[in-house]
Amino acid sequence: MCAQEVPPHQPSEPSQPGHPSQSGQPSQAVGRTVLDERDIARALTRISHEILERNKGGRDLVLLGIPSRGVPLAHRIAERIEAVEGYAVPVGSLDVTMYRDDLRLKPARALMRTDIPADGIDDRVVVLVDDVLFSGRTIRAALDALNDVGRPSAVRLAVLVDRGHRELPIRADFVGKNLPTSLVERVQVRLADTDGVDAVTISEGTGGEAAR
Amino acid sequence: MKRHLLSAADLTRDDAELVLSTAAELRDLADRPIKKLPALRGRTVVNLFFEDSTRTRISFEAAAKRLSADVINFAAKGSSVSKGESLKDTALTLEAMGADAVVVRHGASGAPHRLAHSGWVRSSVVNAGDGTHEHPTQALLDAFTLYRHLGVDDRGRFRPGGLEGRRVAIVGDVLHSRVARSNALLLQTLGAEVTLVAPPTLLPVGVETWPVDTSYDIDRVLPGVDAVMMLRVQRERMNGGFFPTPREYSRRYGLDARRMATLQDHTIVMHPGPMVRGMEITADVADSDRSVIVEQVTNGVAVRMAVLYLLLGGNESGA
Amino acid sequence: MSTYLIQNVSVLGGEPQDLLLVDGVVADAAGAASAVADGAEVVDGTGLIALPGLVDLHTHLREPGREDAETVESGTAAAARGGFTAVHAMANTDPVADTAGVVEQVWRLGREAGHCDVFPVGAVTVGLAGQRLAELGAMADSAARVRVFSDDGKCVHDAVLMRRALEYVKAFDGVVAQHAQEPRLTEGAQMNEGELSGRLGLAGWPAVAEEAIIARDVLLAEHVGSRLHVCHVSTAGSVELIRWAKAKAAEDGSWEVTAEVCPHHLLLTDELAATYDPIYKVNPPLRTARDVEALRAGLADGTIDVVATDHAPHPHEDKDCEWAAAAFGMLGLETALSIVQETMVDPGLLDWAGVADRMSTVPARIGRLDDHGRGLKVGAPAHVVLYDPSVRRTVDPAASASLSRNTPYRGMELPGRVVATFLRGVPTVLDGALV
Repeated sequence: MCAQEVPPHQPSEPSQPGHPSQSGQPSQAVGRTVLDERDIARALTRISHEILERNKGGRDLVLLGIPSRGVPLAHRIAERIEAVEGYAVPVGSLDVTMYRDDLRLKPARALMRTDIPADGIDDRVVVLVDDVLFSGRTIRAALDALNDVGRPSAVRLAVLVDRGHRELPIRADFVGKNLPTSLVERVQVRLADTDGVDAVTISEGTGGEAAR
Repeated sequence: MKRHLLSAADLTRDDAELVLSTAAELRDLADRPIKKLPALRGRTVVNLFFEDSTRTRISFEAAAKRLSADVINFAAKGSSVSKGESLKDTALTLEAMGADAVVVRHGASGAPHRLAHSGWVRSSVVNAGDGTHEHPTQALLDAFTLYRHLGVDDRGRFRPGGLEGRRVAIVGDVLHSRVARSNALLLQTLGAEVTLVAPPTLLPVGVETWPVDTSYDIDRVLPGVDAVMMLRVQRERMNGGFFPTPREYSRRYGLDARRMATLQDHTIVMHPGPMVRGMEITADVADSDRSVIVEQVTNGVAVRMAVLYLLLGGNESGA
Repeated sequence: MSTYLIQNVSVLGGEPQDLLLVDGVVADAAGAASAVADGAEVVDGTGLIALPGLVDLHTHLREPGREDAETVESGTAAAARGGFTAVHAMANTDPVADTAGVVEQVWRLGREAGHCDVFPVGAVTVGLAGQRLAELGAMADSAARVRVFSDDGKCVHDAVLMRRALEYVKAFDGVVAQHAQEPRLTEGAQMNEGELSGRLGLAGWPAVAEEAIIARDVLLAEHVGSRLHVCHVSTAGSVELIRWAKAKAAEDGSWEVTAEVCPHHLLLTDELAATYDPIYKVNPPLRTARDVEALRAGLADGTIDVVATDHAPHPHEDKDCEWAAAAFGMLGLETALSIVQETMVDPGLLDWAGVADRMSTVPARIGRLDDHGRGLKVGAPAHVVLYDPSVRRTVDPAASASLSRNTPYRGMELPGRVVATFLRGVPTVLDGALV
């Protein structure tokens, strides 16, 4: 079968020719840490409050994390919202693999979990959650995927890191940290759930590294 | 990693589990209002069926369409008398139409092999059943069905290695069954233990070299298995001397309510269809709670979607 | 008539010597010098083996009826290139060669083509239908002087009919050549029955279907005191049966069993069917390595008397399809000697004198040919093959003289090459090419 085995640490950023790889190699700390565990926790707390503020409460919210690292982030946001508002916001995941615009550039990729909460997304405010916002193509794919699932009343985007270099007119509503980067740099997000530690690092990519 | 799916033996354990985990994701699509994914948009899948089979053809057609592929159905009569509609001629026509994948069912064992290796076509070839040789997507959907009942974790999620050590009995006309061959190969790849149950006349020569157990005694085997797969047995086989009468066959090898009661509580009953009710399986067994026969059909679409996606969803050159 | 002097050639693998062919007959080599002075053509035989012209007991020339696959002209051309000076053309043509008229037609076509002598085989039963005897006597008395009778392609499976045929041919020293295949055990059969056929889903052709018929026919031949020839022996069990039969016949002397093996059964096994490529589909089918070993041993010790090609040409569309739809059969005339060298001579199982015996002397004797199989002694008709065993060549189907291309050896490297073939002292092949 033409299929590429994808290890669990695949970043949600689609491949770009010329962009350095962002494959998560667990526990390899290379480069400088721009967000440590506490920074990440504070950022998520702030994002959770911003979501509630903007939405005027937690009613009608649905959080959908984009696999793989968007999912634990979505769950953490949901926990914080529950702690504040006192009830559980539906959380799920939305795999965008089939909607990618670069499917044909590589062998068929393994699918990841799509888990839409039981009450669906019609007439709700969907907050997409991802770790890094880069070219914007993943989010474009997520919007197309959402379209086939239902009709939300609104779609918002929360990301832990916005590193710039948009290729499409996409912007985040809630941002943990704005990280201006150059194209040759690698941004690596590691989370305890998947990588054993919470940290965001920036490093110099080596020339000729294969784009993912 | 290959371009074609011709035999269950083509799949490594990783390959097979990838198909099954992909199918698990795709199965949920059936519950959505819009049952479509864009992954194969612009691809053309041809159903090349030389043998009548509405059920399998529709399953492949649904699978391709749900992935947004274009589907062309080609029903050909493959008799050696009408040389004008030979396999080669048909293949060359399809190649000229630009097929990306050809799903082929043919009465001659090895026909998909010829199609894939002759140089007549450049598309991916999926074997939808060739003679008495193999039917790999049937084996995959059977394995998928087994996983859903026997191989999931406590959250109901697909668990790699979930069929390790599970026992499956395959009962019936093994000699003439491509489903049996593919299942024997695939289940063994996935770590399950297979026992073939049939009268001696319906077991192939050389079966002792297959990675399976065999038995002539269904009553001894049934209580120990986690799943029993009944194969279709045609009454006409009686004329070839394979068994004296259909009555004797069903008495000695048929799954009726009495035999079903000897199964363990969790054991499921499967059948690739179409069934010969009253021959290898009675109506009350086929319609019982243990029977997952209808579910197999639903699973078939998801599994075939996974196969088509993994063969065609990326670029053709493979890993 | 011309004169040819072949110099310095290894006759039957022996010490190099001169071979002089004068007026269609092998002459005393002492006359070499004066022959040269009189303008004899000189052929340099250095490094070559000289064998008597090969005689094939089993060839399909397809004419009349299937001229799209082969004609007498093209088939005999292929035969000459393979070193054959005589071929027996099997009767399963269209119309079937079951009358004096058809066998005479084939015989005449052979004479006109002139590449080698053609001895038509007469059908045992009318239309090969296995119901009643054909006019065997008429065919024997015809210009074709048929002595070998066979329903090859089909088995004479009716025991009474086989008995009658064995009895009847005694009147004219004929021989019944049986294609041993019990039809009910082999209905729809596609390949050797064994572990592989079960896995591949191809209906099996069990060895017992061949052996059971051979056992029966041997006992019939003994019972009526006649000659039986077994076509294309393919299994170890058949070899054992024939060994047993010959031991019995030796005690008696009133009856005889002979047997042939085809080159492909000396080299290829049923493993090749796993490719589903019908180029490997043949009847009887390719068998296991154990069978191949037994056949080679049987040919070496004389249990199997002859090598016969069963050259079976088929047009492209009969092989360029799925296995079940394909015709049975492989080409064989042009590669036979090379395969015998590869499987028997080079491994030391048979020497060149043995090759001459199995491929010329004995087949001619079985076919009761006066003019062939008399070796290379002075006075014998000048049927000669010059063969170079030292080269290796890759088999190229396109280079064949046959009209068909169904050789299973395409792309394989085989030893040896026929350099020249002489039919009654006249070359049909020189320098490896048809004259």
